[in-house]
Amino acid sequence: MAAIPENSGSGDAGGLLGWIDARFPLSKLWREQVSEYYAPKNFNFWYYFGVLSLVVLVNQMVTGIFLTMNYKPSAAEAFASVEYIMRDVDWGWLIRYMHSTGASAFFIVVYLHMFRALLYGSARRPRELLWIFGCLIFVMLMAEAFMGYVLPWGNMSFWGAQVIVSLFGSIPVIGGSLVEWIRGDYVIADATLNRFFALHVAAVPIALIFLVIVHLMALHEVGSLNPDGIEIKQHKGADGHPLDGIPFHPYYTVKDLVGIVVFLLLFSGVIFFAPTLGGFFLETPNFEPANLLQTPPHISPVWYFTPYYAMLRAVPSFAGTQVWGVLVLGSAVVVLFFLPWLDHSPVKSIRYRGTVYKIALAIFSVAFVILGLCGMKPPSGVYPLLAKICTTLYFAFFLLMPWYTRLDRVKPVPQRVT
Amino acid sequence: MNEDVDHGRRRLLTAATVGTGAVGLGVAAVPFLASWQPSARAKALGAPVDVDASKLEEGQMLKVVWRGQPVFIVRRPKMVLELLGGHDEALADPNSNSSAQPAYIKSSGAARARHPEFWVGLAVCTHLGCSPLAAFEPNDASQLSGVDLGRSWPGGFYCPCHGSKYDISGRVYKAQPAPTNLTVPPYAITADAHIVIGVDDVATIA
Repeated sequence: MAAIPENSGSGDAGGLLGWIDARFPLSKLWREQVSEYYAPKNFNFWYYFGVLSLVVLVNQMVTGIFLTMNYKPSAAEAFASVEYIMRDVDWGWLIRYMHSTGASAFFIVVYLHMFRALLYGSARRPRELLWIFGCLIFVMLMAEAFMGYVLPWGNMSFWGAQVIVSLFGSIPVIGGSLVEWIRGDYVIADATLNRFFALHVAAVPIALIFLVIVHLMALHEVGSLNPDGIEIKQHKGADGHPLDGIPFHPYYTVKDLVGIVVFLLLFSGVIFFAPTLGGFFLETPNFEPANLLQTPPHISPVWYFTPYYAMLRAVPSFAGTQVWGVLVLGSAVVVLFFLPWLDHSPVKSIRYRGTVYKIALAIFSVAFVILGLCGMKPPSGVYPLLAKICTTLYFAFFLLMPWYTRLDRVKPVPQRVT
Repeated sequence: MNEDVDHGRRRLLTAATVGTGAVGLGVAAVPFLASWQPSARAKALGAPVDVDASKLEEGQMLKVVWRGQPVFIVRRPKMVLELLGGHDEALADPNSNSSAQPAYIKSSGAARARHPEFWVGLAVCTHLGCSPLAAFEPNDASQLSGVDLGRSWPGGFYCPCHGSKYDISGRVYKAQPAPTNLTVPPYAITADAHIVIGVDDVATIA
């Protein structure tokens, strides 16, 4: 390292870093994205879930890469190779449980991250595109989780795939051939498993990483919102930095570390003491190999899909087709994209909203949880009716939002964060 | 140097280049999309299946696999055959107008079979592709895992996933999640009660 040339005099660091900076904007990126990214100083508990999603994403990628080293993506070998990982590969059980628990953890933190947006108006102007990128991540995550669940080739993997792929079959005219094209066979088969593997380990993760990057770029362009729902950029100090902002590093990196430690404590607790979480994270029928001739007595997806699954089942077939349930399922996700334009409240944060929005959000949250419960239960007794009511409430929350948010009596919003 | 640029010509050339590139990309995508179709091997494995149903007793059922899909073969007792047309008003599609089956099955009416005694149909619920259970008795514990269809249940099929109910000809009852009757595959029956699934006529494979 003796022959490093003199610093050019631009004020940047010399040495190795200077050499890199002259060729790649390393220091610039670090400053803009981390050490001089000013985040509001009043972040609360709800602001942990963004960084936790990132932690889980890294966990899924690392454990996933190591799982592919022993997993065999063929109908004949997949189930046995997962058992091989669990029993014969040193620490294989830990890597697999980290991955399977990580899938559920991903949805826990992402659902809470999305709920934060409903609390504080994080999707509102000028963060519409940030929210849309986030919704796309959610859609990709659902695809990723669904295809990942098929890979162990247990009986629930098989029949779950059968049910979900058949959804496309309800599309008029092209449905039948579309389903055949997706499966690559006349039934969910080896070809289906093999292509789901390719999508799960390569295509969708690449799309996810790309979307996470643009999500973060959009965030750092517009700046983070905060629990007061006001823009800190409107009050800048003499140095040009927001008065209510603090650099992301070291202030939030250190704070987030605390959150990450707490998260990892809970995460490890599940991995070591309850990896199946009583059938919630890993369903019991999936410990049996896929069997074409034996449907499990009750098919239900993993917990994170059950709210949407309940909506699918809540809609009866009509006019000789059951495409309506599929449309409702799709609309339930699509409606999320329009949130920034549905909310007409003059304030963003729930702190300054009136009782109407608070009640609406409470009803929505309860309805979503009940839908999740309905999706786990067999479609008999009180559950079908409950699912119909809660599906209506779910859509009412979004579709009536332009009216009830305007009716709401809001409180005055402070100029600076509180 | 840029004074006499022909902007119209430049736009045309740009559009033509973009257009040609887009067509090229579209054509190049065809092999990739087509690679998702069932392969030659998958198609070959979809060949007809010959099942000897002569040993089947009345009230018994066989489940065989054709094209990777489970197929029911039920031998229906005479007593059941007499009841077949009696509950059409309770069915969603009694005449199988919007259901999938070969023409010779549709024309057989309530029996939905080439030979009324043998009913053949895909064990794939038309709702979301689960495999319905044989529900010949209203509360057969070994078959229905705890579900009781009630005393008035005349026998048929019950889908455990979302609760769709079908009669003994695979015709769906009204107000069920499943929109149409169970699909009947093309099949033929020989004189010695061999059922050949996947062909309309025995001669074609003889």
